[in-house]
Amino acid sequence: MAEALSQPVSFYQAKTGLFSWIFSTDHKRIGLLYFYAIISFFLVAMSLGFLMRLELIAPGETIMDAKTYNQVFTLHGVIMIFLFLIPSVPAFFGNFLLPLMIGTDDVAFPKLNLFSWWLYVLGGIFALLTLVVGNGPADTGWTFYAPYSVKTGTNVTMAVLAAFILGFSSILTGLNFIVTIHRLRAPKMKWFQMPLFAWALYATAWIQLLATPVIGITLLMIIAERVFGVGLFDPALGGDPILYQHLFWIYSHPAVYIMVLPAMGLISEMIPTFAKRTIFGYKAIAYSSLAIAFIGYFVWGHHMFTSGMSGPARVIFSVLTFLVAVPSAIKVFNWVATLYKGSINVKTPLLFSLAFIFQFLLGGLTGLVIGALATDIHLHDTYFVVGHFHYVMFGGAGFAFFGALHYWYGKIWGKMYNESTAQIAFWLMFIGFNVLYFPMLVLGIMGMPRRYYDYLEDFTTLNVVSTVGSWILISGIILMIYNLIVSRKKGEAAPRNPWGSTTLEWQTPSPPPLHNFDATPVVPEGNPYDHKQNKSE
Amino acid sequence: MFSNASNFVQGVDTSFAIILGASLFFLVGITGVMVYFVVRYNKNKHPEAQDVHENKKLEITWTVIPTILVLVMFYFGWTGYEPMRKIPEEGIKVKAHAQMWSWQFEYENGKYSDTLVVPKDEAVILDLISRDVVHSLYIPAFRIKEDVVPGVNNKMWFIGQELGKYNIFCAEFCGDLHSKMLSSVHVIAPEEYNVWYNDTTQPEIHPGLVVLKKNACVSCHSLDGTRIVGPSFKGIWGHEVEVITNGEERTVMVDEDYVKRSIYDPNADVVKGFNPGLMIPYQNLVTEEEVNEIIDYLKTLK
Repeated sequence: MAEALSQPVSFYQAKTGLFSWIFSTDHKRIGLLYFYAIISFFLVAMSLGFLMRLELIAPGETIMDAKTYNQVFTLHGVIMIFLFLIPSVPAFFGNFLLPLMIGTDDVAFPKLNLFSWWLYVLGGIFALLTLVVGNGPADTGWTFYAPYSVKTGTNVTMAVLAAFILGFSSILTGLNFIVTIHRLRAPKMKWFQMPLFAWALYATAWIQLLATPVIGITLLMIIAERVFGVGLFDPALGGDPILYQHLFWIYSHPAVYIMVLPAMGLISEMIPTFAKRTIFGYKAIAYSSLAIAFIGYFVWGHHMFTSGMSGPARVIFSVLTFLVAVPSAIKVFNWVATLYKGSINVKTPLLFSLAFIFQFLLGGLTGLVIGALATDIHLHDTYFVVGHFHYVMFGGAGFAFFGALHYWYGKIWGKMYNESTAQIAFWLMFIGFNVLYFPMLVLGIMGMPRRYYDYLEDFTTLNVVSTVGSWILISGIILMIYNLIVSRKKGEAAPRNPWGSTTLEWQTPSPPPLHNFDATPVVPEGNPYDHKQNKSE
Repeated sequence: MFSNASNFVQGVDTSFAIILGASLFFLVGITGVMVYFVVRYNKNKHPEAQDVHENKKLEITWTVIPTILVLVMFYFGWTGYEPMRKIPEEGIKVKAHAQMWSWQFEYENGKYSDTLVVPKDEAVILDLISRDVVHSLYIPAFRIKEDVVPGVNNKMWFIGQELGKYNIFCAEFCGDLHSKMLSSVHVIAPEEYNVWYNDTTQPEIHPGLVVLKKNACVSCHSLDGTRIVGPSFKGIWGHEVEVITNGEERTVMVDEDYVKRSIYDPNADVVKGFNPGLMIPYQNLVTEEEVNEIIDYLKTLK
């Protein structure tokens, strides 16, 4: 593969002007539209998180009153989950990379793809409108538990409507990816020659398509109850609050896998590249994605061990929860084994991937602690749970997202980021993250409940440590973003394949031309991570 | 860990030790191997990578062993938990009333208390009753927690095995003052408990205030003019307030009719600036006689 001397016209140059972006049906542009929206929402929700930690630096009122705090943690959760985590990897990396990775020129339904983005924007606008319309943003937590969500005077209706619309955006993206993977793979690419990121997106897409409608209808039921007084969940109106919890978690537990499976796919791309060898256990990783997606449907009840569910139901949900840990463990073993006898090049994307493994492992293992009945009864709804899901969601999915941002930075923007600054930012983030969230696990074991605006004196020290961690983490994130912005102007031009990777997106120029490839991509024989076939550097 | 505060602590803490121990082992082990590989196979030391595609034996091993291990963990989680669901027939029965944002404990002889007082070494069975939203009764020192769900009759039980005072938290988010919904459980000697239980003399406070406290009115309506989620009781008697009735603003006098209507049909007239819907109707919970006691008390709150 000789490097072309003259770069063809990139997709950036093909058309210009605002409308050429917001009405574009090009998967790369839509991916970038998502990216800029997603990262903006991330920064908003991160700032809310910063304010929450500041409030919790000391017991009693520090910077805001109780109601405001409740609204802040609700908005933080709603934005991070529905506007950052769920769309982050599939809608940005998935859109940008999937057609490139499977050697095609776009997704199956480009117009539907654009429509999904518009739905995302509309949902985002509704979520933000709760700040100024009605009696202030919802104060229920992102779980909208009834009957509190039916009774509270805050603008739950609009927040729920936002989540409903965002759900449709997610469903349509999932549908699009399923059809794209089935129908549009390069002619020679068999299923087991697809990159593992494509496998991860495929498994995720089925969850998006099948689980999201459940939350859609559940959220509409809340609106029906709030606006028309239909008794569904509030016992005062003849409803059942436990029914709400079941319906909510039937979606929201699989949604956890919507957030983390694609991130695992990113890790499976980065590790072989920086180990300079093939992935260990390709099929095991592909199958485990499907297994997680499947078993993940049947474990929702573990969010309700203290709700008064029957004894046998608690036992069954606990067993199933433990079983879903096995395919996740298999993936971790495979990634570590991929480092064995490699020739490891320690660059920022690899550092983020290693941090992912450590933090995801900690998140997964603490998940076992709360999957067990006896220990969950004590830890349910404490800070242990907050620590646990931040380890999985931020330490896992978030770190994978930022690692991937560095890995594909050259491919997407055509410039290389500054390596040494990126590594400093990484270490700040890694240290800050662990100082922020590890104390939460201890606080939970000590018995501090979550969603507490105020706490007993005994919990003060660890809360102070945690808040200091948030400052370190945020400095790291700001430095990382600064570096990426500056590199866009000052970075060196990115070659086609700066890391010596083996998947198809590296065969095209950086950034790619409008129709993705300047020459028909060559699908490697056999395993997609075979570095022996692909010696180009 | 490993105190003996309740009959569940030993079982739960054993599960903790086993699961946390195994988790720590894997965390350190896997992270250690990962870091070792990164150092050992760094490109400077190991310039030529060797491909290892798969290894069936290894892969089967690391599927089977974790499966067995997680099932072992599940088992210990189950055995530590089982006694919590085996609620005995005999024991001291207490109704735990949860309401935004206070706990009230009602004993069999009709005695009310805002802390849970129990004798050492006797089974205590709690009937969990919520009048508004979902709460959760959590006693960290006893390792127990159960949601208090309106319309559902959840139960929990325990035996306090060490004298002392332990925190009770509300663990399910229930609104503005969720984090203030605290109480405590006092485990006292049985003789002392008998004296306490049989002492039904009313405390030296106004009977109207007793009613207000028993029904958790004061968690939303302050007595000193502070604004919580409902208007304060201080100085309202005999004054005019602006209320919203069926969407229309009007001015009413706080008199006997108004107070009664506000208790029995709270959403009929809502004081301007406050949210309707949060307060439940007390038609079946507060008698007319009690309403009069409340009115009597409001008159004293100048």
